[in-house]
Amino acid sequence: MKDDTRHAPRTTPIQSATFSQSINAEIRRAAATGIYDIRGGGAKRKLPHFDDLLFLGASISRYPLEGYRERCDTSVTLGTRFAKNPIQLDIPITIAGMSFGALSGPAKEALGRGATLAGTSTTTGDGGMTPEERGHSKRLVYQYLPSRYGMNPDDLRRADAIEIVVGQGAKPGGGGMLLGQKISDRVAEMRNLPKGIDQRSACRHPDWTGPDDLEIKILELREITGWRVPIYIKVGGARPYFDTTLAVKAGADVVVLDGMQGGTAATQDVFIEHVGQPILACIREAVRALQDLGMHREVQLVVSGGIRTGADVAKCMALGADAVAIGTAALIALGDNDPKWEAEYQKLGTTAGAYDDWQEGRDPAGITTQDPELMARFDPVEGGRRLNNYLKVMTLEAQTIARACGKSHLHNLEPEDLCALTMEAAAMAKIPLAGTDWYPGKPGSGY
Amino acid sequence: MQTFDLAAEGLRKLNETLHAQAGSTNQTLWEVVNPRGSHAIAVGLDAPIEVTVKGSTGYYCAGMNKQATVHVQGSAGPGVAENMMSGTVVVEGDASQYAGATGRGGTLIIKGNASSRCGISMKGIDIIVHGNIGHMSAFMAQSGNLVVCGDAGEALGDSLYEARLFVRGSVKSLGADCIEKEMRPEHLTLLAELLERGGCDARPEEFKRYGSARQLYTFKPDNAY
Amino acid sequence: MCGIVGLFLKDKALEPQLGALLTDMLITMTDRGPDSAGIAIYGNTAEGRSKLTVQSDEGDAVFGDLAEKLGAAIGAGVGLTRKDSHAVLDLPADKLSEARAALATVAPGVRVMSSGETLEIYKEVGLPRDVAARFEVSKMQGSHGIGHTRMATESAVTTMGAHPFNTGPDQCLVHNGSLSNHNALRRKLRRDGVHIETQNDTEVGAAYLTWKMQQGATLGEALEGALKDLDGFFTFVVGTEDGFGVVRDPIACKPAVMAETDQYVAFGSEYRALVNLPGIEDARVWEPEPATVYFWKH
Repeated sequence: MKDDTRHAPRTTPIQSATFSQSINAEIRRAAATGIYDIRGGGAKRKLPHFDDLLFLGASISRYPLEGYRERCDTSVTLGTRFAKNPIQLDIPITIAGMSFGALSGPAKEALGRGATLAGTSTTTGDGGMTPEERGHSKRLVYQYLPSRYGMNPDDLRRADAIEIVVGQGAKPGGGGMLLGQKISDRVAEMRNLPKGIDQRSACRHPDWTGPDDLEIKILELREITGWRVPIYIKVGGARPYFDTTLAVKAGADVVVLDGMQGGTAATQDVFIEHVGQPILACIREAVRALQDLGMHREVQLVVSGGIRTGADVAKCMALGADAVAIGTAALIALGDNDPKWEAEYQKLGTTAGAYDDWQEGRDPAGITTQDPELMARFDPVEGGRRLNNYLKVMTLEAQTIARACGKSHLHNLEPEDLCALTMEAAAMAKIPLAGTDWYPGKPGSGY
Repeated sequence: MQTFDLAAEGLRKLNETLHAQAGSTNQTLWEVVNPRGSHAIAVGLDAPIEVTVKGSTGYYCAGMNKQATVHVQGSAGPGVAENMMSGTVVVEGDASQYAGATGRGGTLIIKGNASSRCGISMKGIDIIVHGNIGHMSAFMAQSGNLVVCGDAGEALGDSLYEARLFVRGSVKSLGADCIEKEMRPEHLTLLAELLERGGCDARPEEFKRYGSARQLYTFKPDNAY
Repeated sequence: MCGIVGLFLKDKALEPQLGALLTDMLITMTDRGPDSAGIAIYGNTAEGRSKLTVQSDEGDAVFGDLAEKLGAAIGAGVGLTRKDSHAVLDLPADKLSEARAALATVAPGVRVMSSGETLEIYKEVGLPRDVAARFEVSKMQGSHGIGHTRMATESAVTTMGAHPFNTGPDQCLVHNGSLSNHNALRRKLRRDGVHIETQNDTEVGAAYLTWKMQQGATLGEALEGALKDLDGFFTFVVGTEDGFGVVRDPIACKPAVMAETDQYVAFGSEYRALVNLPGIEDARVWEPEPATVYFWKH
């Protein structure tokens, strides 16, 4: 017999799902450098999300509204509980807090322009309030953060609302990190820090800890601002039921809840990918907390973390939110990660859509940078126009869905307008699996 | 002298009244009686007025002060003069934790002792303590001066940036990246001025200076934990 | 997340006022803890007698014949003084553990708030002012007492979730803060046979101290152990038959103010709680150091 081992079929090389190429690359990177990866953006792994929910729409049992003719309101008022001057928004889509420092001055200006055109608010970040932003934002929310960079009472009084940041979705329980490359003279001066050093922001506030102290901090902020402006409390998606309850007990006008898809300027990759809950899993729990306190719609709920489309907006509203906030999506609308810069992304060892080294300040799109040359690539007027367009489209999309469900106001969307495509989404959002009246954990169902 | 009875008239009225003194007021002297440890007394002031609080205060007395001089004739609760921008705050008794937290300017004088986290994240304020300070003081302090005529507690100046710390007595322990530094002539001059401003009976030569070793300024494996 | 007050009298002349002074302190801490309130009071007792303070939502339906039934079960005379949803059972000291065991059969729905010779614990859901009024705390006398106002963090707002927690005969604990390893510790203690009723973090802290002391530790040693074995943020105030103690976690950022005069030692989460105490203007006022056990005894 002929020896034919040489011609025997060979085993196809199989990449390990556990030790994938990207995991192995990370191990090699860690072994070479001895430090964990730091990056910007939000969770990149696939997470249960709004795509796993669908609207039922109207047919015979419900009557739809005429898509192009009949009224479907989108306005929302935030801060009706204690503030003399609640914030009136034309659309329930706000711009989330992003710092000057992480973003360039012109990028902040563009956010202000776009949001103002669209009739909504923008939010400062961990770096103080810039004239660009205040000047171009009709409604500006001033973040009050653990680091208190640039914090001053004049800006506090210039703000239309104050957002006390307890945590954010990308890193509940952690502080941010802004590396020295982005600490320009101007950023350094605003933050009272030497130029060029790496900044680790605090994770706890310097002068209070816990809801009992927070209540007193809120009193101070209200006294300084004459009880005029709403006080928001922002929390990361950690324990949304308890965190929402305590924010309300501490005296919040508005609770901002940020799921783990929410972005950040820069923090540890392990934090972004492994801490926190997807926003889909957080909303119903926060709403349940508000309902248990008799405060649903009295204290408004703003949710964020991976919101991209009008469908996402409508789904958040149906789950019980009063408004949403967008961060990453707004940056993409401005031109972040645009394939037109592909050649430059390649030079940085990445590709359009995957660029996340926001801490390095070499953003080819000129948005997450303090480099004057790169910043000059970005036109804030054009950026504002694009953001306004995008916000308009999202609003129209959300209205389209709401009308199809027979609603004359986005706020009238309700959980019963939805069904879930997957068991995960059904369980997390407490929405019946499509074609059934059941979701995992439904009381009385035995599962 | 205008007298304001906090127990009778309430906090909102007090701060509203004091805020209304902005600009060219001729009612520059105010006295607050019956503070009874209340929170947020005389916060957010922005006028060259003098407010004397006749007793002890709760959290955040004189928070975010600008221009005004606030005297506490008692002890102050947590976060006295937090985020002060300018002006002067004097505490005759002790100050609780977070005194002068994140302060960006002005002078905070504590005639008694200050508790933990005195000058946490300070950003330009001058804090002068006649007595001792507690643990974790000047944590992440960014700039400004902290003068302590007594002793300092554990982990002084942990992770501090460019704030200058002067301590006359003992230091229980230094925090990460905080080291003793040479007292040069310019520091003695600065300290002499601070001691005079604080009304301290002490000589600059009796103090040691502490500051940042600047080893945490660049994020690297050795200092990431 | 809460407010704590405590008052330890050195001057016997103040003892008739203990309840009134504590009530005022407790109500001042309402903002810090509007969910529920409780008080542990160390009053006088007769020689050879002990007390079980019990709670029931069913009032006289349960309390009406409880003393009789319990007395029959343990074969001794039992007295009962009802205070709203609570009742103090007075019985021979040597029958205390027998009575506690018998209670589970005689009146299964009744919950034990405290046991000991002098300690009585009263706690309920509601605003501190209302809770204090229900139990007429202001009329109570004693040598020392501890009060607590609760803002629940992660566990339910219930009577059993309210503080103080009874840790052993004549011992109790109140807490301000949030423990981060209480679930694992609860499982461990339960494996060791310690009875823990709720999901409350403080109950675990209290059970931990009880467990340590059952193993022979002094209260001081148990508190030292707590510094090592409990993670998270806490200011604890503990009461014992003849004194009270304070310990804060090593980070110590939950507030704590102490005041001492010739007449008393007082504790408050905020100075506000102390302003109506006699002679407070001239008291020595200070803040306890982190990770340090303080104790005052008669």
